[in-house]
Amino acid sequence: MGVVSSLSAWAMPVTLALILVIGVARKVPIYDSFIDGAKDGFSTAISLIPQLIAMMVAVSVFRSSGALQLLVSALSPILHLLHFPAELLPLALLRPLSGSGSLAIVTDIFKHHGPDSFLGRAASIMQGSTDTTLYVLTVYFGSVGIRNARYSVKVGLISDFVSVAASLIAVHLMFT
Amino acid sequence: MNVIWFVILITGIVVAAFTGRIEAVTQGVLIGSKDAVMVSIGLVSIIAFWLGIMRIAENAGLVQGLAKLIKPLAHWLYPSIPADHPVMGSLVANMSANILGLGNAATPLGLKAMRELQYLNADSTVASDAMCTLLALNTASLTVIPATMIGLRMEFHSRSPAEIVGATIVATLVATSVAIFLDRIYRKRAARTFGGRA
Repeated sequence: MGVVSSLSAWAMPVTLALILVIGVARKVPIYDSFIDGAKDGFSTAISLIPQLIAMMVAVSVFRSSGALQLLVSALSPILHLLHFPAELLPLALLRPLSGSGSLAIVTDIFKHHGPDSFLGRAASIMQGSTDTTLYVLTVYFGSVGIRNARYSVKVGLISDFVSVAASLIAVHLMFT
Repeated sequence: MNVIWFVILITGIVVAAFTGRIEAVTQGVLIGSKDAVMVSIGLVSIIAFWLGIMRIAENAGLVQGLAKLIKPLAHWLYPSIPADHPVMGSLVANMSANILGLGNAATPLGLKAMRELQYLNADSTVASDAMCTLLALNTASLTVIPATMIGLRMEFHSRSPAEIVGATIVATLVATSVAIFLDRIYRKRAARTFGGRA
């Protein structure tokens, strides 16, 4: 596990250093490029707001009404047999459908359990390790008018399931 | 999306009504929308920084550089595409943009590859083998730096926002390998039953 922990510590700094060094070696004006790219950060983050408001309001109402608690306690016995924390089920279900929806759930988990809790870490890894499968399928196939996606949906959803399982196993092995 | 949003909200409101906690709905709306704005504003910092660094990577031609490195792998992934066919360029560029975490660059490259694959496709309404492989790779989305998650963990005062990077890389590698493996299995099975599609 030591290797994976050092990967966490080194990935960002090494990537940064590599990009800077390659940039200078290829005579890229690195500072101007950085400023130019970073400008888009503001609009990218701000353009998230409408979707995030929609989904965070829904998630927040779902929690404060007690509906989440009902769902968790109803599902706990079954999910417990599978060693799956019931609090993470809404995230696992929404992840392939909606990027902003799952981000809203991760935020909600961070807020109520903390980012460094078991749930917080598992949610971070689940959110980070896969993409919004059904959205990607719709955009790609839709762009060229494909109506029969054959086995693509199956492959995408099974690999999402694998990444959820891998996230949980990784948290168990690394942080507990 | 319409259905999901409706179901989550209505369930919340109905449960609140039945458990006598109707004021929790208003509370939830106010808190939820406030959190959404706070989170988005907070994410400006890391997203702006990361997009800045990624612009350097783009201008330095890292996508093309990595594309050269992974070209042999692409032949193995897309056996139905001739090695010197122009679409190979888009497929490889999409893959390298994904690996570098350049989401903004990966999508247009992927859609370009889809258009070019459509020219090779026998039936323009049914996905070809190569399209399915492209989708398997893009839905699994191999990530190196989960920048948004690091930023969000930072906002909620994590003691070590980047501690999940290693585990995320491992999880994404496992999921991507499974996706590639399944894609090959299903492709072979389809080839046996229908004679395969380009």
